[in-house]
Amino acid sequence: MSDVQDYKSSLSDTTSRKFETFSYLPTMDAAAIRKQVEYIISKGWNPAIEHTEPENAFGYYWYMWKLPMFGETDIDRVLAEAAACHRAHPDNHVRLIGFDNYAQSKGAEMVIYRGTPV
Amino acid sequence: MAQNYQAGVKEYRETYWMPDYAPKDTDFLACFKVIPQEGVPREEAAAAVAAESSTGTWTTVWTDLLTDLEHYKGRAYAIEDVPGNDEAFYAFIAYPIDLFEEGSVVNILTSLVGNVFGFKAVRALRLEDVRVPRAYVMTCGGPPHGIQVERDIMNKYGRPLLGCTIKPKLGLSAKNYGRAVYEVLRGGLDFSKDDENVNSQPFMRWKQRFDFVMEALHKAEAETGERKGHYLNVTAPTPEEMYKRAEYAKELGAPIIMHDYLTGGFTANTGLANWCRDNGLLLHIHRAMHAVLDRNPNHGIHFRVLAKMLRLSGGDHLHSGTVVGKLEGDREATLGWIDLMRDSYIKEDRTRGIMFDQDWGSLPGVMPVASGGIHVWHMPALVSIFGDDSVLQFGGGTLGHPWGNAAGAAANRVSLEACVQARNEGRELEKEGKEILTDAARHSPELKTAMETWKEIKFEFDTVDKLDVVHR
Repeated sequence: MSDVQDYKSSLSDTTSRKFETFSYLPTMDAAAIRKQVEYIISKGWNPAIEHTEPENAFGYYWYMWKLPMFGETDIDRVLAEAAACHRAHPDNHVRLIGFDNYAQSKGAEMVIYRGTPV
Repeated sequence: MAQNYQAGVKEYRETYWMPDYAPKDTDFLACFKVIPQEGVPREEAAAAVAAESSTGTWTTVWTDLLTDLEHYKGRAYAIEDVPGNDEAFYAFIAYPIDLFEEGSVVNILTSLVGNVFGFKAVRALRLEDVRVPRAYVMTCGGPPHGIQVERDIMNKYGRPLLGCTIKPKLGLSAKNYGRAVYEVLRGGLDFSKDDENVNSQPFMRWKQRFDFVMEALHKAEAETGERKGHYLNVTAPTPEEMYKRAEYAKELGAPIIMHDYLTGGFTANTGLANWCRDNGLLLHIHRAMHAVLDRNPNHGIHFRVLAKMLRLSGGDHLHSGTVVGKLEGDREATLGWIDLMRDSYIKEDRTRGIMFDQDWGSLPGVMPVASGGIHVWHMPALVSIFGDDSVLQFGGGTLGHPWGNAAGAAANRVSLEACVQARNEGRELEKEGKEILTDAARHSPELKTAMETWKEIKFEFDTVDKLDVVHR
């Protein structure tokens, strides 16, 4: 049994909370985030930014940062909006979304700035 | 005068072989693979299949003259060679839409694959594909919710979903069973699943199972902050009992329930799908018994037809085979029926065994479930083959982790996310899979251990039912 590693996760440890896609991977660096934005744009999806207090992350609706960037194909402009949202809400989760209007769904959604767990 | 009544046995082809017939948009079309009895010409065998699966019987009857058989009869309109099989041929048959009760998969199957499969003029018969006319599709309820609504309910985007079937299949107490569910959900899977044999046996009655599983699910949600589901199997001996279990699942707040559509039957399945639509629960469909019908390449019903019937009858998930795991599956054929489950318009494509264009109108899509003998090493191939709209369903590949279910689940989740991230970055998963997983394992001791445990396991038996084009 000494070889068996305990799975660390509990109700009392707020770092156990996940936030869906990519939340089991290490935080993405700037280059990695850039590639995901590039992917969303290459799919023809509409980029958008949302944020929330980590304790409210389970809810379906997070706060929209402005409006989805319909038709935006400039990676830097999308990254700039995400960074601006993060600056305004440094303790919040900030997520990047790619709205797929043909599937009437989100083709991509991932937290790119992780908030402070409470 | 053509309407004179003449008793006796006529050759089927006089009435039912119509090579000049141009199928209408509203016709049902069927492609049968036929191996006729020796000495029976192809046209006669094809016409016999058309007759016996529609209006005909073995002899002329006077009441034939009281109706307009030209309006109601099935028509064999084409015959083709089967590549690589000199005994068999494809018979294409068109059926007028009025032969089928609206919204009834039961009626479709009773007609198309009823008596005719025991018919003496054919030695073997297989229904390879059907084209359901859009006019008929629109009379069916179809999937209770479909892929897009499921993503919204479960809050999962931009990746395949992950599941695990709880093992051992039989014999756990309800409370121990709930423990196994809790562990896989807290470790990072989206779903856990009742095995198909789990109904309500003496060792674990359904009510206790539902109670314990739902506590496990709620705690895992609170702990991880993510939405979770467990396919509560409501397959039951009677429809009344099935609905009773479904109602209780709803009362407990379960997001998804499960049914076995072939053993449970299409009447029960269609009713349950309608109930799920009305009550907002997702419906996972298992396919126990399918291999009895679809495995023999010369006799039976191809799985693509069974999948189409399920899409009409209703289900949000359907087991599709994995291509890479322990169960049967030819890659191209599997890709074909996955398209038939998910897409709204599928073109004829013989390289995938798809014999007809299929227009599903506004019927929602079904999420394919890849289940059976898969583990973390299969992940790059699974993500590449199935894409995002799928459920990758583990069993031993989660529960068999040396550190337990939660660690196994975390290993599955990390490997999935690493593959999706790499794919989004434009990397080729099936080529760079090892590198991607090895890299991800540097941050995940759970994945590292999983990769060491399962490295050597391979399933490389040859497929029994291959596409006809690759036989020769």
